Amino acid sequence: MDSYDASESTPRQSTSLRPEDYFIGATFLQKRLESVRKQTSFIPTPPRRKIPHCSQLQEDVDPQKVAFLLHKQWTLYSLTPLYKFSYSNLKEYSRLLNAFIVAEKQKGLAVEVGEDFNVKVIFSTVLGIKGTQRDPEAFLVQILSKSQLPSENREGKVLWTGWFCCIFGDSLLETVSEDFTCLPLFLANGAESNTAIIGTWFQKTFDCYFSPLAINAFNLSWMAAMWTACKMDHYVATTEFLWSVPCSPQSLDISYAIHPEDAKALWDSVHKTPGEVTQEEVDLFMDCLYSHFHRHFKIHLSATRLVRVSTSVASAHTDGKIKILCHKYLIGVLAYLTELAIFQIE
Amino acid sequence: MLKEDCTSELKVHLAKSLPLPSSVNRPRIDLIVFVVNLHSKYSLQNTEESLRHVDASFFLGKVCFLATGAGRESHCSIHRHTVVKLAHTYQSPLLYCDLEVEGFQATMAQRLVRMLQMCAGHVPGVSALNLLSLLRSSEGPSLEDM
Repeated sequence: MDSYDASESTPRQSTSLRPEDYFIGATFLQKRLESVRKQTSFIPTPPRRKIPHCSQLQEDVDPQKVAFLLHKQWTLYSLTPLYKFSYSNLKEYSRLLNAFIVAEKQKGLAVEVGEDFNVKVIFSTVLGIKGTQRDPEAFLVQILSKSQLPSENREGKVLWTGWFCCIFGDSLLETVSEDFTCLPLFLANGAESNTAIIGTWFQKTFDCYFSPLAINAFNLSWMAAMWTACKMDHYVATTEFLWSVPCSPQSLDISYAIHPEDAKALWDSVHKTPGEVTQEEVDLFMDCLYSHFHRHFKIHLSATRLVRVSTSVASAHTDGKIKILCHKYLIGVLAYLTELAIFQIE
Repeated sequence: MLKEDCTSELKVHLAKSLPLPSSVNRPRIDLIVFVVNLHSKYSLQNTEESLRHVDASFFLGKVCFLATGAGRESHCSIHRHTVVKLAHTYQSPLLYCDLEVEGFQATMAQRLVRMLQMCAGHVPGVSALNLLSLLRSSEGPSLEDM
């Protein structure tokens, strides 16, 4: 970051810095983009955000169809818009990618003992995973192993899954031209070598760029607050936080588990405006947890770094790993991640 | 900062929080630099606590905020906006420096020593208050939005 200008001592937000505003409001984001383009300095107002309600989900998200997306750990990447990508050419893309993968593997770049070279690549769209009608359809890429024996089931084992989506991506959609398809959020599950090969193919074919999406402690605390705020019929997991203490020989990890109903009760006592989450509420929620911990253990958690947040809705790790547990709030979780991805791209 | 050349005697006193113990005889304080680590909320809370113990006359140019850790975005627990607001509330300049990087440290040290000289009155024609108003005018219209 080139923000350290020796000749000026005041903070000047230039376009190379990323003014981070963590709030929804397509019009507000538009304004921000305008001002960034005009090269004027811009300080965001205190963030507000809507809690992902059940009613905001599209009705056609079939729980059965998205079940394969839940309970899996996904590694997050942000993706720049794809050039000349067409939903009608999916079969063509499957064929090309298949050929590419076979060629790469035969080159010996990713040879593992006992690996099956007979793989099949499938591109498919996933309907309903979008925020507004303007968002492009999400699509899925799967690598399946082709079974050797004809008597076995034709559907091979899924070796690798990756999917691209865009939820409420209005700010990005407005800035790109017609030739581009904006799907800024990419989630991958499976061997790292496959992710690398697929990434290379996409980068070469569509002139885009993948970069790993890390989630910092600030965003993790927002996620913790938003997901605790979600109303759940029954809780499947305890609410857990993990902090990393920076100390010299090896880092120390502190794990703090709360009963989810207690966490919800705490949130309800902090929460004032219905339907919205503010920065003050998130800070107060986290401060309550910190002061409770301090009272018992005399450790200042606020001096440590929040690394992992786990609730009944979803769990997220700072390295950019996410696991979604609840289909009701799938869109809400993806919306926030899409926003983070868009900020990373911009 | 002590490595920098300075015509007068330069003394640096480090403290984790204010107020400083009053039992010790110490020379006049010319500049207070509050270092806020963006990775740690505790650092911000500590700074806010300490600010309450600072005499009002210091805020006429003798206080400055230094935010460190902005380079490692993935480790930040505090939004940059929070420190900007803090600096604006106390009408004092905010500097950014990644203190972990050697090169930036040296540059920042030079700048702070220069500021210190002005605050101590060692630069003819410029006082701490002059410096403050000079810095403030280059910040632009954005602060009015806050």
